[in-house]
Amino acid sequence: MKSNFKVFLKGIIDVSPLMIPVVPFGLIFGVLAIDIGFTPIETMAMSLIIFGGASQIVLLQLFSGGASSLVIISSVGAVNSRHLLYGAVVSEHLSDLKLIWKIIISYFLIDQAFAISNEYLKKNKDNNRYFHLVGGGATCWVIWQSTTFLGIILGAAIPEKLGLSFAVPLTFLALLVNDFRKFINVIVIIISGLVATFGYNYIPFKAYVIVAAFAGLFTAMILTTKNKRI
Amino acid sequence: MSNWALILYCGLITYLTRFSMIALIKKEMFNDRIREILSFVPSAIFPAIIFPAIFINDKGLFEIDDNPKILAAIIAMVIGIFSRSIIATIFSGLASYWFLIFVV
Repeated sequence: MKSNFKVFLKGIIDVSPLMIPVVPFGLIFGVLAIDIGFTPIETMAMSLIIFGGASQIVLLQLFSGGASSLVIISSVGAVNSRHLLYGAVVSEHLSDLKLIWKIIISYFLIDQAFAISNEYLKKNKDNNRYFHLVGGGATCWVIWQSTTFLGIILGAAIPEKLGLSFAVPLTFLALLVNDFRKFINVIVIIISGLVATFGYNYIPFKAYVIVAAFAGLFTAMILTTKNKRI
Repeated sequence: MSNWALILYCGLITYLTRFSMIALIKKEMFNDRIREILSFVPSAIFPAIIFPAIFINDKGLFEIDDNPKILAAIIAMVIGIFSRSIIATIFSGLASYWFLIFVV
């Protein structure tokens, strides 16, 4: 069994490629928040307390559009509801841990760390395998906080024309590279993408993410059952 | 509601989405069938973030003509399928996007 520190380090190394697009994402968030009228301390607090990139951008979008607090909070919840599924997936590997560890690890259960550690947790059965998730999450935490801070300072010096927001979908696309080779996954990807795109303006409270996810999972459920009968 | 209360509530609800399943689900609840379906979670969620970010513009409108993001995403996807590399996928996507908006 590897030492805790080595597993933690492995998490850091595995998640690093995914940190590249987090840099522009964090900058954009910092710049936007100040632009909309949040104070630097409030902006920093958002990254520290919420620690969820996509939902923080949604918060800004709705806030600047004058949405009510209730709409903003429920939208943030809807966008982040995908963590419920992440939690369900990783909980199997964390069930023997003390409550205090569950409380700490929950804070670090973000997209990138989940994507990377999900693979690791499936392949490893060591008792300390959860350190991988902590390593990945902590790395993302450092990058997210420091780029938010830089965004606050640099402000308008970053040209909007660069289209850095495109780095966000690219990150998630890169996380699916292995799934594009599997037939059922491709169908699930297409169904989820279509439901999200066409539901974007019609599903209330930005809940299109979770609606699309369940449409995708339902598709997977049907297709995998059929496969077995044949 | 003050900005601070808003931030705290958003943080609280976000944390609960992360913590609740980890706290509630027990190992015994898993079987191979559930594991199999849960293995599709990334494929089911990530496209819901990818597709709207590519096809829907800042104003919430569907945009398919004159949208360099579509071609850039396709290039990134093809590179990703062949290279299986996360870095190559991201860089090829950004590079082709910049090529399309600044050069072409």
